[in-house]
Amino acid sequence: MNRRPVFLITMLAFGFAFFYIPILSMMVYSFNASRLATVWGGFSTKWYVSLLSNRQVLTAAVLSIKIALLSATFATILGTMAGIALARFRRFRGRTVFSGLVTAPLVMPEVITGIASLMLFILMAEWIGWPAQRGFTTVTLAHITFSMVFVTTIVHSRLVQADAAIEEAAMDLGSRPWQVMRDITLPVIAPAILSGWLLAFTISLDDVVITNFTTGPGTTTLPILIWSKVKLGVTPDINALATITVLIVGFGVAIAGWLLNRAEKRREADAHLAYQENR
Amino acid sequence: MAAAHHDGRWARWFNRSGWIRITIGAPYLWLILFFLLPFVIVMAMSFATRTPTAPPFSFGGEHPLLNTEHYARLVQDDLYIRAYLNSILNAAAATVLCLLIGYPMALGLTRVGRAWRNVLLMLVILPFWTSFLLRVYAWMGLMGSNSWFNKLLTAGWNLVVPADWALRSIPMMNSGFAVALVTVYSYLPFMILPLYATLEKLDLTLNEAAMDLGSKPFAVFRDVTLPLSVPGIIAGSLLVFIPASGELIIPSLVGSSARPMIGRVISDEFASARDWPMASAVAVALLLLLVVPMMVYTHFEGKSHARAEGGGR
Repeated sequence: MNRRPVFLITMLAFGFAFFYIPILSMMVYSFNASRLATVWGGFSTKWYVSLLSNRQVLTAAVLSIKIALLSATFATILGTMAGIALARFRRFRGRTVFSGLVTAPLVMPEVITGIASLMLFILMAEWIGWPAQRGFTTVTLAHITFSMVFVTTIVHSRLVQADAAIEEAAMDLGSRPWQVMRDITLPVIAPAILSGWLLAFTISLDDVVITNFTTGPGTTTLPILIWSKVKLGVTPDINALATITVLIVGFGVAIAGWLLNRAEKRREADAHLAYQENR
Repeated sequence: MAAAHHDGRWARWFNRSGWIRITIGAPYLWLILFFLLPFVIVMAMSFATRTPTAPPFSFGGEHPLLNTEHYARLVQDDLYIRAYLNSILNAAAATVLCLLIGYPMALGLTRVGRAWRNVLLMLVILPFWTSFLLRVYAWMGLMGSNSWFNKLLTAGWNLVVPADWALRSIPMMNSGFAVALVTVYSYLPFMILPLYATLEKLDLTLNEAAMDLGSKPFAVFRDVTLPLSVPGIIAGSLLVFIPASGELIIPSLVGSSARPMIGRVISDEFASARDWPMASAVAVALLLLLVVPMMVYTHFEGKSHARAEGGGR
């Protein structure tokens, strides 16, 4: 490969322009003074002011964050268990069904998952009287279900990369199994657990379709609020909201990526050092 | 290697102490209760009878759980057939376009330097972390007839075509084109990431060997790189095609009601028409259509896991 891949670099530039021009355009228009969302009428920050004084938006944002925190935490616990089970236990009854169950939600169209979950909750209410009404609880349960499989995928791929022989060696050297879990397995998958939690948190915070089906009166998350507004057309305050979201997520991802990258490098350096010293 | 730690001591301790039951059992039960059971209910619902009660269905009636009238309507009413065809056509077009744009991008990512590559990868992943809804919304702003983007395209169009064909603006919103464009935009990262993961692992010395033996760069790509990247192409295509065919948000926001899409039909039958059995029958039919691609995906994922495990380190 001594030639510069001009075609590939051009495609990259074209692709990134395609990715980012709509987002940048939306950010620029969030500072538009005009009420007509697509016609420029001078610079203004009034949409940010009106957005931040809108109680409905703030309540919905707080509710979304609560649901995302709760569902991401439960999804991480269940998803990590499933990841460990699939990576470390080769034979158990129903393993094939189990691995199917953790892959299917990844690709299942959301509309189908949405109506299926809603019908489950309605029939449960009919038959056992719980959940009495749909809202916070049912949305959280549905979010845990579809986000846990993302955690499983991340933890599982981390565990199959890590060498199970290290765990075996620690056992041979006299470690108690709980020590192996605490000192080897968990530290090895810690970055995967963290990225799994972050992913579960974001997809819960972002979800429209499944929330739309499983929520009830009075439980309006931020995406549902935006959804009901944008169905009516482009409005300048949604541009402002989108800009804030993109900036927060952008900074969050950049910082998380930087921290994970640094931790990875340090661990590689430590491993290298340990190897050199023991030669 | 694989046989050596096959269900080793650590796993056996776990097994003995009962932890294995919890580690496997808790997520297993959860997924059976909240993922598998709902699908069984949808399946049963599609054979139920619609009633004017609340909730609006009955499993009993004349044909308890054997009411096939909804499946009959599915093939008789051309709304459903058109919706299927539109959805499949849109998903297939989006998959092909994602592949045509995403493949060179993924290959380009493997050819840039380390430092740049990490930044660019992050830029591919970033839209994936920002709101799907807001990314669709961004295009609503761009495609509207008064937007700078539409004006730019209209000016370009009017320069090229004869005066009779000149337009005041290009009617992009609420069309099949808009749905396809936004589907490509939204799902492109799902194509790039698996392709990149496959292409990154390829051994460049094979390319050099082929070059040394006198192959032209394009022949090297066709005979070496492309065949070796087939698993990535399959994974990426399924990750775009399957969710895109059931898409609800995109057709609802930028699509046209004259071109029904299956996701929107399911949602409308359910929420507006309150015909749960019909909505379920449409959902089951969509699932039947997707079950083959989904099994192919699961199979390939399983194989790549097995390879990773079998390879040990």
